[in-house]
Amino acid sequence: MLDPAKLRADFPILTRRIHDKPLTYLDSAATAQKPSAMLEAMDHFYRNHYGSVRRGIYTLSEEATGMYEAARETVAEFIGADSSEEIVFTKNATEAINLVAYSWGRSNLRKGDAIVLTEMEHHANLIPWYILAKEKGLELRFAKVTDGGRLDMMDFEKKLKGAKLVCVTHVSNVLGTINPVAEITKLAHEAGAKVLVDGAQAAPNLPLDMCELEADWYVFSGHKLYGPTGIGVLRTHAPVYEAMQPFLSGGEMINEVGLGDVTFAEPPATFEAGTMPAAEAIGLAVAIDYLNKLGMDSVREHEQAVTEYALEKLSAIEGVKIYGSKKAEDRVGLVSFTVDGIHPHDLASLLDQDGVAIRSGHHCAQPLHQKLGVPATARASFSVFTTTDDIDRLATSIKAAQKTFSEPVKA
Amino acid sequence: MNLYREHIMDHYKNPRNRGTLPNADMTIEESNPVCGDKLKLMYKLDGDRVNEVKFEGEGCAISLAAASMLTEMIEGKTLEELKAIRDEDMLKQIGVPLSPTRVKCGLLALSGLRKGLKQDNLAGYGNS
Repeated sequence: MLDPAKLRADFPILTRRIHDKPLTYLDSAATAQKPSAMLEAMDHFYRNHYGSVRRGIYTLSEEATGMYEAARETVAEFIGADSSEEIVFTKNATEAINLVAYSWGRSNLRKGDAIVLTEMEHHANLIPWYILAKEKGLELRFAKVTDGGRLDMMDFEKKLKGAKLVCVTHVSNVLGTINPVAEITKLAHEAGAKVLVDGAQAAPNLPLDMCELEADWYVFSGHKLYGPTGIGVLRTHAPVYEAMQPFLSGGEMINEVGLGDVTFAEPPATFEAGTMPAAEAIGLAVAIDYLNKLGMDSVREHEQAVTEYALEKLSAIEGVKIYGSKKAEDRVGLVSFTVDGIHPHDLASLLDQDGVAIRSGHHCAQPLHQKLGVPATARASFSVFTTTDDIDRLATSIKAAQKTFSEPVKA
Repeated sequence: MNLYREHIMDHYKNPRNRGTLPNADMTIEESNPVCGDKLKLMYKLDGDRVNEVKFEGEGCAISLAAASMLTEMIEGKTLEELKAIRDEDMLKQIGVPLSPTRVKCGLLALSGLRKGLKQDNLAGYGNS
């Protein structure tokens, strides 16, 4: 079991005071705070080993290249990929999905082909497909979400018939629901469809094994994984690579260039044009080392405990409505909720006065909010350093907000 | 600094001029899809002066309180005076410093009024 109170010392930002109160950071699902080890590793790289990755013959360039490629190894091992060649570095999960839509979708989908999405997707896993569908005349199908906040698998199977591609989130960023990805990929492959899985919310919370999930593409962002911004991961493999055209093109993704003709480098280099965010990749690898030391099973166990405590604490407050499953084991460490009579933005502003940082709004999942029947929700999300004291402060602050909104005002 | 001071909570809980105005000379809807705020602003003119003004809508306390304040600000004013209302005037009425993300809520009603005034101009040109 983790000791979150002890881990707090690893995150320098937690010494910040907000409105003269200690910071209670409950927005890790939007972006995670950074451990010192990661910050120091990036600084160390720039100060001591920085040079042009994959381009120079001199010592610094070779050191930088070695560290960048070692980061790729670390990522591959972390998610149980077969080899580091399966790892493409991108800017973030959003760019990785756009890469697949552009490089595979554009050259493999034809007019009338169907893509199955779900009602619980983040805009990042919707808009690239909306744009592609408009361009190519594709059919978009949306698998339903049940009232309990799960993916309706009966509906999914119905919509899967004849589809060429399934794009599904591993974990809902609003409901916290963990989708049965291994089952989804099995069904999709039997039906002849390829599968892209958005792992942005799963990677920081769950032990991952690519061999077990068998998705054709798995994507996630580094910044939600305690790593820096500007680095993301696309995992795919050889048979799928063959059907993918280049996305961004330019330097270092080529084999040979003449005047008007080009042959491309072997993947993953094909998909890494231009100077890549090497310090960020190295920072991500150090953040992964940090998580590996804690153990992803312990991370999961800790977040389960905090989620269970939060579900219990929040549902005990009158007027608080929680969205999604009421069972912690169905979820990762995030809870979306509304408070009767208080707009989520007002709630977030009031909580901020107490140093409590939560997300409010539609969390880039407007279709799901339309389904839930609310324009916006508040969301508290947890991390390795979240303690039950943090949840207590959240609950106290919600009650104080309720008091502010229920007190009669002097006319 | 408490954002939800009595002044704001008073306008939020006891909104001025809330309701509808049948046969209004100007009706405009304004929304912020990001937070789901929706406002409808209506007024009747007596000559070029606002004779009666109403608003209705749903949203956060800041946007609704600001809408209530704006109706008080424009009652009895001429169209020229309405056009001259600046962001700073609205924010001054609200009276508490808003963070950059909340300024949008505070200015939603005024943004609606500006749209309405443009619409009004067009109608005027059409009639002449």
